[in-house]
Amino acid sequence: MKIVRKSILLISSLLLLNSCGKKESGGTVKLLNVSYDPTREYYVDVNRAFTAEWEKANGKKLVIEQSHGGSGKQARSVIDGLDADVVTLALAGDIDVLSREADLLPKDWQSKLADNSSPYTSTIVLVVRKGNPKGISDWGDLVKPGVQVITPNPKTSGGARWNYLAAWAWAAKEYGGDEAKILDYITRLFKNVPVLDTGARGSTTTFAQRGIGDVFLSWENEAYLIEKEFPGKTEIVYPSISILAEPPVAVVEKNAKKHDTTEVARTYLEFLYTDKAQELAGKHFYRPRNAGIAKRFVDKLPELPLVSIDADFGGWEKAQKTHFDDGGTFDKIYQP
Amino acid sequence: MENRPVTTESPFVKGLLITSAVVILTLFLLMPLFAVFAEAFRRGWEVFIASLNEEAALSAIKLTLLAAAVSVPLNTLFGLSAAWLVTKFRFKGRAFLLSMIDLPFAVSPVIAGLVWVLMFGAQGWFGPWLAERDIEIIFALPGIILATVFVTFPFVARELIPLMEAQGSDQEEAAVTLGAGGWSIFWRVTLPNIKWGLLYGVLLCNARAMGEFGAVSVVSGHIRGKTNTLPLHVEVLYNEYQFSAAFACATLLAFLALVTLGLKSLLEQVTGQKAGGH
Amino acid sequence: MGFTVLYLSLIIIIPLAALFIKAAGLGPAEWWEILTSRRVLAAAKLTFGASAAAATVSMIFGLLVTWVLVRYEFPGRRILDAMVDLPFALPTAVAGITLTQMYAPNGWIGQHLEKVGVQAAYNPIGVFIALTFIGFPFVVRTLQPVMEDLGKEIEEAAATLGAGRWTVFRRVLLPMFVPALVTGFALAFARAIGEYGSVIFISGNLPFKTEILPLLIVAQLEQFKYEAAAVIAAGMLIVSFLMLLIINLLQRRLDWQHR
Repeated sequence: MKIVRKSILLISSLLLLNSCGKKESGGTVKLLNVSYDPTREYYVDVNRAFTAEWEKANGKKLVIEQSHGGSGKQARSVIDGLDADVVTLALAGDIDVLSREADLLPKDWQSKLADNSSPYTSTIVLVVRKGNPKGISDWGDLVKPGVQVITPNPKTSGGARWNYLAAWAWAAKEYGGDEAKILDYITRLFKNVPVLDTGARGSTTTFAQRGIGDVFLSWENEAYLIEKEFPGKTEIVYPSISILAEPPVAVVEKNAKKHDTTEVARTYLEFLYTDKAQELAGKHFYRPRNAGIAKRFVDKLPELPLVSIDADFGGWEKAQKTHFDDGGTFDKIYQP
Repeated sequence: MENRPVTTESPFVKGLLITSAVVILTLFLLMPLFAVFAEAFRRGWEVFIASLNEEAALSAIKLTLLAAAVSVPLNTLFGLSAAWLVTKFRFKGRAFLLSMIDLPFAVSPVIAGLVWVLMFGAQGWFGPWLAERDIEIIFALPGIILATVFVTFPFVARELIPLMEAQGSDQEEAAVTLGAGGWSIFWRVTLPNIKWGLLYGVLLCNARAMGEFGAVSVVSGHIRGKTNTLPLHVEVLYNEYQFSAAFACATLLAFLALVTLGLKSLLEQVTGQKAGGH
Repeated sequence: MGFTVLYLSLIIIIPLAALFIKAAGLGPAEWWEILTSRRVLAAAKLTFGASAAAATVSMIFGLLVTWVLVRYEFPGRRILDAMVDLPFALPTAVAGITLTQMYAPNGWIGQHLEKVGVQAAYNPIGVFIALTFIGFPFVVRTLQPVMEDLGKEIEEAAATLGAGRWTVFRRVLLPMFVPALVTGFALAFARAIGEYGSVIFISGNLPFKTEILPLLIVAQLEQFKYEAAAVIAAGMLIVSFLMLLIINLLQRRLDWQHR
C-alpha cells in the first residue's frame, strides 16, 4: 500500500509543479526558436550570449525556448500551429512553405536579412574511413564498382537533398549538362547505396558505428561532429566541387505580432550576424558569413568551388519539384 | 516418475521448455537491454548521471509521468466498461465493436498523431476556433495526452476480454440469484476474478504510454524543457550526437520493468494469492 | 454502454473520420492511382507479409514462454516475467537502433548470421525481427491471465481418465488458450502493421525492397501532401480493419465450438 500512496503523492506533486511552471511573471519576454537537429549546441551558446546582452540593454528577463527536429517536420509543426517566433531551418524551401501554406510570413522573407537571410552556411563533404582505403577523392569515385555510399533518404531528410544536389552539380559540370548522362551517374551512385536511413543521424550511425559503407555524404559540420564522437575512425575529403548550403533564418511575423515579440525576434536574428555569433558559428563548424571571421577558421573550413541552389537549380521550390517530389528524378532511379 | 503429479511434465520436458524459453527471452529481451545499458555507460558514470540530472531531462521525465498518469486511468476505466459490455452481453455488431477497439494498434503512430493535428491544428477543423480563444491543444500538454490515450486505448480492454470470455458469467448470474446488486457484483465477484488481467492491461498500457514516440512526436512540437517527453528527449539527444546521454535516458524507461515486478508482488501480497494455479 | 460508445467515438471514431475526410479531398481516380502504384504495392506486400510472419512467430514463442513463466518455478523467473513489457517501454527508436546494432553485419548476432550467409539487418529479415520484438509482449500478456486463472481440476480429471500429458495439453488445454492466442496474434499483427520507429533503422528503406508503408506516408508528408498521406493511411486502415474483423469473427466461431 505504501507504494500506492507514494505514487499518488508523487503524481499530485508533479501536477502541482507543472501548474506552477505555467505561471510566468509579468516582466518576462519569451521567444520560441524552432530549429532543425544539429544546431542545438550552437544556439545554446548564441542564446546565452544574446540573452545577457539583451537583458542588460532592456532591463527585462528574456527566456529563449528551443525546439529541434527534422527540418521538414518542424516546418509542418509551425504550419499546424507550433507558436514559433523565429524559425532557423535547414533549407529555404522549408520556410517558403510557411508562407505558402499558412501565410505566416511574407513571400519575400528571404530578402529581409542580409546574405539571403543565412547568417552562416555549410556544405556537403565526403567522409571516408581512416587512411581512405578506397582512394576516394571526388564525386566520380562514388560510382566505382565495389564502393558503398551512405546517405540518408532524400524523401525524408533535408540534408540528403543537399547531398543529392551536390552530386548532381558535379555531374552537370562533368558531363556538360547532358541530362541523360547526369541521370545515369546519379542512378549508378544510388545503386551503390545499401541503406537509406530516414535522417542524417541514422546514416551517421550506419556508417560510423555499424561499419557499413566506404564513404558517407555529410554536412560539413556533422562530419566534424563524427570525428569528435568517433575519434580516429574517419577522414574528411573535400571534393572538387560542392554545394553552398544556406540554412536560413526568419521571423515568423504573424506569430511574433500576436506575442508582441517582433522587435526582440528581429534583434535576435540580427545578432546572428554580429562578430560574437559569427565566431560561435565557426566554433561549431558552420561557415561564418563574415569574411574576416571566416578566414580564422579556414584551416578547418577550407574554401572550395560551390554551386548555389538559386543560381544552379532555380531555387528550392523548383528543385524540390524536379528532383524530390513524386515522379521526380529521384524516383526515376528506382524503377523496378 | 510414478510419484509425479499428473499435472506436470517429466523433468526432462520441463527442463527443455525452461531452457528454450530462457534462450528466447535472453536473445530477444535481455541482449537488447544489455546493449542499451552498455551504450549508456560507455562514457562512464559521470556522463550517465549528468545526462539524467539535467533540466531538460528532468522536465521530460515529469511530462512523461504526467501524460501516463492521465491516460492510463482513463483507458483503464474504458477498458473495464468495454470488456464488461462485450463479454456479459450478446448483441449485434459485437465483432465490429471489438475490431474498432483493436484499430488504434494498426494505425501507424505517425497517423495517430496526425489525426489530432487534422482536428485541432492551426489548419484543422477546430484550429481557428481554438486560436481565437487562445486554447492550446496541439503542441501542448493536452495534445500529448490525447495522442497517448489514442495509442494506449485498447490495452486494458483487450487484456480483459479473453479472460472474461474464458470465465463466462456463471458466477455473476449466481450472485444475481442471491440478490446482489450491479456494483456489489462487480466489486465482489468480477473484480477479484479479473485482477491479473487488469494488472497486465494496466502495465502494458502504462509501459506503452511512457514509451510512445511516434504519435507524441507529431503533436509535441519538441520544445526543449517544455513539451518533450522522455522518448522524444532520447531522440533529440541522439540526433545531437549525444549517444550516451540518449541511451542513459532510455535506461530509465527500462526500469519500468522493475515497476512491473513491484506491482505484481504488491498485488500478490494484498490478495494473499500467488499468480498461477499452483 | 453509453460511456463505452461515447469514449470510443471521441477517441477513435471522430479522429479517424477526420483522416478519411482529409483523404476524401482526392477523387476515386487518385485514390486508385496512389494505392495501386507499384511502390505502394511493394511496400504493402512487405508490411503485411512481415507483420503476419512476425505475429505467427510471436504466437509460438509466446505460448512457450508464457507456459514456462506460469507453470514452472526457476531462478530468475520473476525478473524474466517483468522483462516481457520491455519492448513497449523502450522508445521505438532506441529499440530500432539497438536491434540494428545487434543484427548488423558487425553486430553480436549479425556476424554469426553473416557466416552462414544470412544478412539480417537492411533486409526484409530485419523488418521481421523488429516486428517480432514489438509484437511479442502482446501474446504473452494476453495468454498469461488466462493460464494463471486456469485451475488444475480439468487436467486432473483428464489425467484420471487416462489421458497422457501431451494429449491433455493438445485436447484440453490448447483449446482453452485458443481465444487468447488468437487475440494475441491479432494484436501483435495489428501493431506490426503500423510500426514505424523501430523498423526504419533496421530495414534500410530501399524502394521496392525494404520500404514499409508507414515510411511512404512520412515521405508524402515531407512533400506537404497531406491528402495523399491520408489516402495511404486510410487504405492501410481499411485493410487492417477487415483483417481484424475476420479474426474477431473467427474467434467467436472457435469460441462457440469450444463451449
